[in-house]
Amino acid sequence: MLFFVGLGLYDEKDISVRGLGVIREADLVCAEFYTSRLMGASKAKLERFYEREIRLLSRDEVEVDPNWLVQAREKNVAFLVGGDPMVSTTHLDLRLRALEMGIKTKVVPSSSIVSAISGLSGLQNYRFGRSTSIPFPYTARGKRIVVETPHRVVMENLKRDLHTLLFLDIQDERYMTVNEGARLLLETETTMGGDVLHRSLGVGIARAGSEDACVWADLLPRLAEYDFGGPLHVLIIPAKLHFMEAEALVALAGAPPAIQESY
Amino acid sequence: MGKRKKMAERVKTLMDKPEKIRNIGIVAHIDHGKTTLSDNLLAGAGMISMELAGKQLFMDFDELEQARGITIDSANVSMVHEYKGDEYLINMIDTPGHVDFGGDVTRAMRAVDGAVVVVDAVEGAMPQTETVLRQALKENVNPVLFVNKVDRLINELKVDKQEMQIRLGALIDNINKLIRSMNEEKYKAGWKLDAAKGSVAFGSALYNWAISVPQMRGTGVGFGEVFDYCRNGDMKTLAQKCPLYVAVNDMVIRFLPSPLEAQERRVKVIWHGDENSKVAKSMNECDPSGPVAFMVTDISLDPHAGEVATGRLFSGSLERGMELNISGSAKKNRVQQTGIFMGADRIEVEKIPAGNIAAVTGLRDAFVGSTVTSDPEMVPFEDIKHVSEPVVTVAVEAKNTRDLPKLIEVLRQVAKEDPTLAITINEETGEHLMSGMGELHLEIVAYRIQRDKGVEITTSPPIVVYRESVTGKTPHEVEGKSPNHHNRFYIEVEPLELDIVDAIKGGEFSMTMQEVDRRQVLMEKGMVKGEAKSIVAVSGSNVFLNMTKGIQYLRETMELILEGFEEATKKGPITREPSQGIKVKLMDVKLHEDAIHRGPAQVIPAVRQAVQAGILMANPVLLEPFQNVYIQVPQDHMGGAMSEIQGRRGVILSMDTEGDMIILKAKVPVADLFGFAGDIRGATEGRALWSTEFAGFEPVPVSAMKETVRQIRTRKGLKPDMPTPGDYLKA
Repeated sequence: MLFFVGLGLYDEKDISVRGLGVIREADLVCAEFYTSRLMGASKAKLERFYEREIRLLSRDEVEVDPNWLVQAREKNVAFLVGGDPMVSTTHLDLRLRALEMGIKTKVVPSSSIVSAISGLSGLQNYRFGRSTSIPFPYTARGKRIVVETPHRVVMENLKRDLHTLLFLDIQDERYMTVNEGARLLLETETTMGGDVLHRSLGVGIARAGSEDACVWADLLPRLAEYDFGGPLHVLIIPAKLHFMEAEALVALAGAPPAIQESY
Repeated sequence: MGKRKKMAERVKTLMDKPEKIRNIGIVAHIDHGKTTLSDNLLAGAGMISMELAGKQLFMDFDELEQARGITIDSANVSMVHEYKGDEYLINMIDTPGHVDFGGDVTRAMRAVDGAVVVVDAVEGAMPQTETVLRQALKENVNPVLFVNKVDRLINELKVDKQEMQIRLGALIDNINKLIRSMNEEKYKAGWKLDAAKGSVAFGSALYNWAISVPQMRGTGVGFGEVFDYCRNGDMKTLAQKCPLYVAVNDMVIRFLPSPLEAQERRVKVIWHGDENSKVAKSMNECDPSGPVAFMVTDISLDPHAGEVATGRLFSGSLERGMELNISGSAKKNRVQQTGIFMGADRIEVEKIPAGNIAAVTGLRDAFVGSTVTSDPEMVPFEDIKHVSEPVVTVAVEAKNTRDLPKLIEVLRQVAKEDPTLAITINEETGEHLMSGMGELHLEIVAYRIQRDKGVEITTSPPIVVYRESVTGKTPHEVEGKSPNHHNRFYIEVEPLELDIVDAIKGGEFSMTMQEVDRRQVLMEKGMVKGEAKSIVAVSGSNVFLNMTKGIQYLRETMELILEGFEEATKKGPITREPSQGIKVKLMDVKLHEDAIHRGPAQVIPAVRQAVQAGILMANPVLLEPFQNVYIQVPQDHMGGAMSEIQGRRGVILSMDTEGDMIILKAKVPVADLFGFAGDIRGATEGRALWSTEFAGFEPVPVSAMKETVRQIRTRKGLKPDMPTPGDYLKA
């Protein structure tokens, strides 16, 4: 049996009791930390708390050549993933491959940033449109490329009066900050010749699930300068606010009180 | 030095008068006297003494060049000449004669507007005369002719007065025939050489004299007098009455265009941006106050100032402190010094206006072929196309391991300076490869690395460069999956139409052309309309077509797809040698919703592997390079020369008799040409004169392919067996 175990948001204590049980009973415990990371716990700290040794898998060992997978035919293998294992990951592929090999699978859900943001900011989960990611710009064929998808998704959501959650890229030890994400969105908007986002509100959230989580709302250009502290960060571009949401952003996220009047 | 300083002052006063400028190159077959001619022009301008002209080889300032008596690099000189009471500025580029350095000729032609073609009166047009003439005409550069060594005709061949004139006439006809065959339209419009009008000069560079027909009227020295002076061994008097530099410079000023006349015509050929843009207008008018448009044609290293980029300024003015954009680089570079060349010396000039050849320091990101501009939106100039391709590789190693970091730096430097040299640096394996146009080319680069850059190296025996291609089509669409399996790419591979391969190699087609023109060229060369309008990239002589319609997110993913395509064509699936003449068609794409899951790490390998597998499914072939070999040999040694060719899988293409000499033309695979220099010397008792020229790639015979593939793969540390599509598609 292959268990996809969600580890939750921030540190070793965010796992569910059921998830912890699965880990302790498993014959092999593997983990991947390239899609997400528990910033509040090192691998050693996790091992101490779960009382199990963890085999850390590289991206290649998950996507290209998962030779460890066959062991799940005979034994119980726990595959640990930050957050909720099937949200914003590509692990569905691994699950389908396991099924094709005749391996039974089970998913142990956990808390996810997708739902945590509602609690932290007061923005209603009913009001969110499609979420999207902002990747780090890259160079291809000598050109610097900033993908336009995140900007487009935000604009489409705004047109339907829906909020957008933007995941921020993680690459090795590089974690995109709210500042970088905001700047990239503004850069794309400038290239495409608009100014909607330059005038709109943004909400940045850092270290969700930890004791020192940071939630801050301001105009997007100003958000690009605000110090959110260490990773991980996410960014929200809200649509028109419900009066309750506006009140919450002022109370919880330091938003300028003026937003209550304009909405 | 005082003289040169003075010359520099006169040069400066003429720089901003484009109607008084001539930018010229001198081209010739090896040993027809190009450098001797250049020296005469310099002597005439007072830069070296007249006695030394013809002996000093001033332009060959590289010791190696002087020692071997051949010119390897292009070198530049600016000088002033007086014609009919007016002073003119002549910017001259001397170009190499040996075909192994043909690349330099091509790029020198980019910088100039006119070419002086030098031909030996006795030998007439030789293979490289044709090659360099073609390179010049392709760049839309006007030709004039200097017939050199007329004294040999008179004193060695002992022709009489009448025969001399007949021979000279025949030589001019012959060159005209070449020009006509290369560009009939231009030939009729004024490129035809006409001795009576004066676009041909006759003389002897070694003895410092020359004359053209119009000058005969003024000086009273006609063909008869020339004949007599030569016969009587009194060429000194002839040189006093008719100095070479006057005849040639007058011809240059009269018949070759100023930048003002030339640029509008030339810019059309070498630049394909929007005709109505500001920079286009400024280039056409040679406007010194317009945006800067500078094309780098040479990079050299100055021990004090660092890299010097030399090239042609088509528009605007160059000054210290300017921040300029370099094509292909995201950063701006700041101009440190601007100047002109006087042979090996660079002389600083505060401001260089449009129409001149300028030497600039501070452009750290520039390489040969770069476009340097103040207009960030400017479409770059067309790439400089080299007729020859690198066909031979050697591995380079530092003798002392501590020199390794320096070697890497030096290799990068020589690659920047010499665009015909391809360098592959593998910092992981420590294997550094250097590919060039022939054994001699690489020997010279290796020699310079040791002498100029002070790094002791050893080089491996030469290895042939191969190409990979296809002769059939993929039987069905090939599916490439990204590592995360959430993206799929469907492609087809087939051979690219041969006329299009030639058009790409010859520079008649490129992606910087306007879309309408692009489509038109492709359709003229045999591509169907549906494909012609779908072209999105060219890599080497391979093309990528996007045949899909309306796929979401494809636009922002395209650069990654093309990167995968380029990787596959730079290192083909059979032996990791470059591909050529392949058409890849993207038929369908399925992408993940989120941009994070379709980034570089996902898309590039998926496309690369699909193209690699596709090539293997489309009847792959391995191609090897050939060279044309021209041998001039006395009749009694012909047998030895013939067997040298036949023993090397060579094919004799033609055999002509010229007096008691035989001129052999043959085609031989490069793989069998190693060591030819020594062997032909032995076989003909050193009596053979020979030269080679790139002759394209042809399939390795089917019988030998398997073994050749095995050898290359083993050498590269790959699994020796020919790979299968499955090797690239697994996972």
